[in-house]
Amino acid sequence: MESNFEALAEAWPRILDGLWITLQLTLGGALLAMVIAVVLGLGSRLHNIVLRGLCRAIMEFFRGTSLVVQLFFFFFVLPQLGLALPAMVCGILGLGLNYGAYAAEVVRGSINSVPTGQWEATTALSMSKSQQMIRVIFPQAWALMIPSLTNYLIHMLKGTAIVSFITLADLTYHTEQLREQTDTFFAYGVSLVIYFVIAYILTLIMNALEVRAKHRLGRGESLREALTPKTPETAAAEGGRKA
Amino acid sequence: MPTTTDPHAAAGDGTAAAVPAIRFENVEKRFGDNVVLKDLNFEVAKGDRVTLIGPSGSGKTTILRLVMTLESLSEGYIYIDGEPLTHELRDGKRVARSEKAQKQIRKRIGMVFQQFNLFPNMTVLENIIEAPVHVLGQSKAEATKRAMELLESVGLPGKANAHPLQLSGGQQQRVAIARALAMDPDILLLDEVTSALDPEIVGEVLGILRHIAETTDITMLIVTHEMQFARDVSNRVMMFDGGRVVEEATPDVMFTNPQHERTQAFLHAVLGSGDGHIGTH
Amino acid sequence: MNGLWDWDAAWAVLPELLLAFVQVTLIVTVLSTAIAAVLGLFIAILRMSVPKPIAAVITFIGDFIRMTPIVVQLLFAYWTFLTIEPLTIGIVVFGIHYSTYMAEVYRAGIDSVPTGQWEATTALSMSKRRAWTAVIVPQALRATVPALGNYAISMFKDTPFLLTIGVVEMVRAGLTFGGNNFRYMEAITLAGVIFLLASYPTSLLISRLEKRLAYNY
Repeated sequence: MESNFEALAEAWPRILDGLWITLQLTLGGALLAMVIAVVLGLGSRLHNIVLRGLCRAIMEFFRGTSLVVQLFFFFFVLPQLGLALPAMVCGILGLGLNYGAYAAEVVRGSINSVPTGQWEATTALSMSKSQQMIRVIFPQAWALMIPSLTNYLIHMLKGTAIVSFITLADLTYHTEQLREQTDTFFAYGVSLVIYFVIAYILTLIMNALEVRAKHRLGRGESLREALTPKTPETAAAEGGRKA
Repeated sequence: MPTTTDPHAAAGDGTAAAVPAIRFENVEKRFGDNVVLKDLNFEVAKGDRVTLIGPSGSGKTTILRLVMTLESLSEGYIYIDGEPLTHELRDGKRVARSEKAQKQIRKRIGMVFQQFNLFPNMTVLENIIEAPVHVLGQSKAEATKRAMELLESVGLPGKANAHPLQLSGGQQQRVAIARALAMDPDILLLDEVTSALDPEIVGEVLGILRHIAETTDITMLIVTHEMQFARDVSNRVMMFDGGRVVEEATPDVMFTNPQHERTQAFLHAVLGSGDGHIGTH
Repeated sequence: MNGLWDWDAAWAVLPELLLAFVQVTLIVTVLSTAIAAVLGLFIAILRMSVPKPIAAVITFIGDFIRMTPIVVQLLFAYWTFLTIEPLTIGIVVFGIHYSTYMAEVYRAGIDSVPTGQWEATTALSMSKRRAWTAVIVPQALRATVPALGNYAISMFKDTPFLLTIGVVEMVRAGLTFGGNNFRYMEAITLAGVIFLLASYPTSLLISRLEKRLAYNY
């Protein structure tokens, strides 16, 4: 037991380095994925059949070919074609494209589920296409898409654990190193707990975004209200008000 | 031809009255194989308040939606102030007008919906100033000032910063009316604006519309089941059935002495009284 | 060594990929899906039948497994059970990992059975056990079939994670070939194509199935 914690203390700085790599991949991948999701998601709703078909084909391609294959393609095959990218770039590209393609479907579906009345009202007010999307439709679709996006964000975090195969020393890599000094159970226990905590924090952040987005649509309480600890009386009073 | 009218100016100056605000010419609307409107011709003069009545499915709402370009025309032409709306006859051929041209005309038309369709991601005030600022290019201060006046006139002066979904149905519909008026439309389309409301608050919404009808010269095209309102506000009533106009008259004549048997049957069913009349209030 | 695409290399690697596809990828997908389907249902029902604190513990364990990487779980199991074959470890870990997703699907499926159905079983004096097995579960399952299919596809595309514990699945086979021949292009590309060819039609089938099974109330 003693030696486990000593080894952990000794390895801690390296584990933090690994954690930083994991976070960079997750957040970089998430940003890229969001851009791709919006572009492909909106693109797959275009009237132009060629552009729409292209967007759908890209979505199906990146969803259908497996994350690991894409990561390895960027890392092992591209250099053969004369394009050697840094491993971190390969990682972010692979994660961003793969999960961006999944999230694009979420964006498309959420936009489609904004009620027709909202679209009609924008027409009745003579809004332009970009105005109706940016100011009316997307803000409403955003609240709908957050839960699914949260799922994909956690998937992406979990997906980063493969990157030691493209030479990135991430959290998984460094806990693998730790295993050589400690019990197997201890080393992986530490690893799993750290991943779980990150996933949990990401989920909390996304939930906060959802509360805020819904509040902006006039549904549910504001973020500040949601975070204020409730005394039993106020909770009961609210329950009474709702009933 | 004036494209905007001062809502407070006296209605019907001789020159403008010659060109109808809305003209339907041989309009046909099909949904798949289902012909909803067939060879429809009618005019609405400037400043007219025309109510469309008829059984559900008779195509009344479709007419409003065609004017608002929410539905596309299958055949024929619609003219707004003499200008073709979605299609025009050019070199003997029926061609669609550009989106830009349609948009110019659309700016002069406002619509209030049965389901309100307020934007839930904006406050009441933001809903009202959105289009004046971003479509008409008014300054925010100017649009806000006007919005506050409109909110006052629809009886909701304190609700500027409320969220639409926190309001009652009647309040939401009053905001929707203010939002449509903020665009200073020449033509206002009212699509069953009280159908989604509880009976006890129908009156407050109709009162506001009645007031607008009395104090402005906006051309109104109204679809409603409220026959008393139709009688109070409109100067013409058109009875629709099977996609055609079966009878057209002033409200007094239409509600006291309908000629067509379809109209008689319809009014009898709607009003539920033996003689098909509505009393004066 | 240069050139964009080498057909000789492609033909050389294809049999190896297909062999790995059949021997590992397909087997893991099928067996792990079966484990996830059964274990997930067991977890869902267990969670509804035990006292609240115990249910909360089960939920927490499920969340923990679902929110941590399958790669770390594979490595954990691999180094803990050194005498067990990696392929078996892979099948079990995939099965358990995805059973936590399926448990959520079943829970939603059970929740979606209208209360009237429960009331009817009470009105007919059916036993609790009979109500579950004859009325609630069959209805709940109907809605969960497409979700199970989607998770099977997701698992299928996750099988390359098995290379971390030395299982020679398609991508590992491709990497080995690529390393030996200094050409990754054909092997990796073909592996991607095989994934696409297998997963895309399946997902189309599932979305058709989904439309057919939906809204049966």
